[in-house]
Amino acid sequence: MAKSTSPKPVEELAYEAAFAELEQIVSTLEGEPDSLEQAMSLFERGQTLARRCTQLLEQAELKVKRLSESGLVDLEED
Amino acid sequence: MQPSLFSAAQWTVSTLTKHIRDALESDLRLQDVWVEGELSNISRPASGHLYFTLKDSGAALKCAMWKSNAIRLELRVQDGMAVAAHGKIGVYEAGGQYQLYVDRLIPAGEGALFQEFLRLKAVLEAEGLFAPGRKRPLPALPRRIGIVTSVSGAALRDVLNTLRRRLPVAEVILAPSAVQGEDAPGQLVQALSRLNALKPRPDVILLVRGGGSIEDLWAFNDSQVVRAVAALDVPLISGVGHETDFTLSDFAADLRAPTPTAAAELATQITVSELRERARTGAIQAENAILGLITRHRDAISAAINELRYYSPGRRLQTDRQRLDEFGRRLHSAQVHRLALQTSALDGWRKRLLALSPREVMNRGYAVVTRRSDGAVIRRVQQARGGIHVRVSDGGFDAEVADGGS
Repeated sequence: MAKSTSPKPVEELAYEAAFAELEQIVSTLEGEPDSLEQAMSLFERGQTLARRCTQLLEQAELKVKRLSESGLVDLEED
Repeated sequence: MQPSLFSAAQWTVSTLTKHIRDALESDLRLQDVWVEGELSNISRPASGHLYFTLKDSGAALKCAMWKSNAIRLELRVQDGMAVAAHGKIGVYEAGGQYQLYVDRLIPAGEGALFQEFLRLKAVLEAEGLFAPGRKRPLPALPRRIGIVTSVSGAALRDVLNTLRRRLPVAEVILAPSAVQGEDAPGQLVQALSRLNALKPRPDVILLVRGGGSIEDLWAFNDSQVVRAVAALDVPLISGVGHETDFTLSDFAADLRAPTPTAAAELATQITVSELRERARTGAIQAENAILGLITRHRDAISAAINELRYYSPGRRLQTDRQRLDEFGRRLHSAQVHRLALQTSALDGWRKRLLALSPREVMNRGYAVVTRRSDGAVIRRVQQARGGIHVRVSDGGFDAEVADGGS
């Protein structure tokens, strides 16, 4: 994954993106990062990403839509 | 043939009865029987077994249905009812009776439907629609789940509750359809193809409906519906009726579930609790990796100190080394946030150590003296003999020892 000059704030990341970045960070840390300082900041971002993933999982609510003639609409359940 | 008045019997009652039993039970046609008749003499003793007689105008057939089969009977049996029974012929030796041991009992009209079911099954099977090789693997973690079922009805409610519990991060798209009656096959086909054509496409489709009679479920045996299931680009899990109900759509599906709830469970093999565990594991792996890194750095610096020993005044190095070991001990406890602070402190030490490097030492006037003959470092006066090489901060020169000094 190319290092972006300013990585997206973790609070804005959706679940997949956060988890994928966490996995990237783990494999970078397990490989040979450029410096200890870089490793430390990657690590801290990794912790934040893990917390974000857990938070998203806890808050998730099933999204249910219905196919109607006009397209996708919300489902009204009784 | 003259009957003999005094011939010895060929048989005993037991051996004769056994012979009759073997004869009947070895006839394969009698071991897989569908027979229609009218129920009478129904008896259901405490044992739980069901006994009755099937009769028509010409004959009667004694029947027995074991508790294990009778317990699953949805039919409310009544004298006079026209039924179709499936089972095998056996002989009850102690009672001298042949009987039909029944494993299925359905209303007589359904018998005809069942025959039609078997006929359709054969046709569609011959087209290869049920071949095991056609079955596709299900996605491990579906993000979009399509459902084809009726908007009202318990099946949808059960499926949604199950999905909510197991994978609330998913997105569900319902394509509503009638699930019985004349309109059902057409609507089912349309719902399936709309989901298949949706962009982005669902990762898996659930085809579900609650329990019912063979007539209620009949739409799922419709050949158009079965073909539509087989033609999908998306894997499909069917959950139609109860555990013991099989429809032809079940055979065409990539996976058959015994109930709608089971279909939702099979679609979500990986649940949120598993995802939570993965996030936690990722965090732990990162922690382990960073601890490993810091340990490696610490060890590298330790090794550098060992080399420096040869060149630098010894004692000061001891103290530095001790302090470094202390850092290392602190590093080994798992307080990684403290480590962040210590990392920069560590860097400070690293710079101090660099100051002790050979070049730095030599800049202050120390020299490294080696014996030219074998390159050995000269530390003691008594080693100073013959040709020597003197290395200072910016290079070296040869020299001869004038006299063994003191």
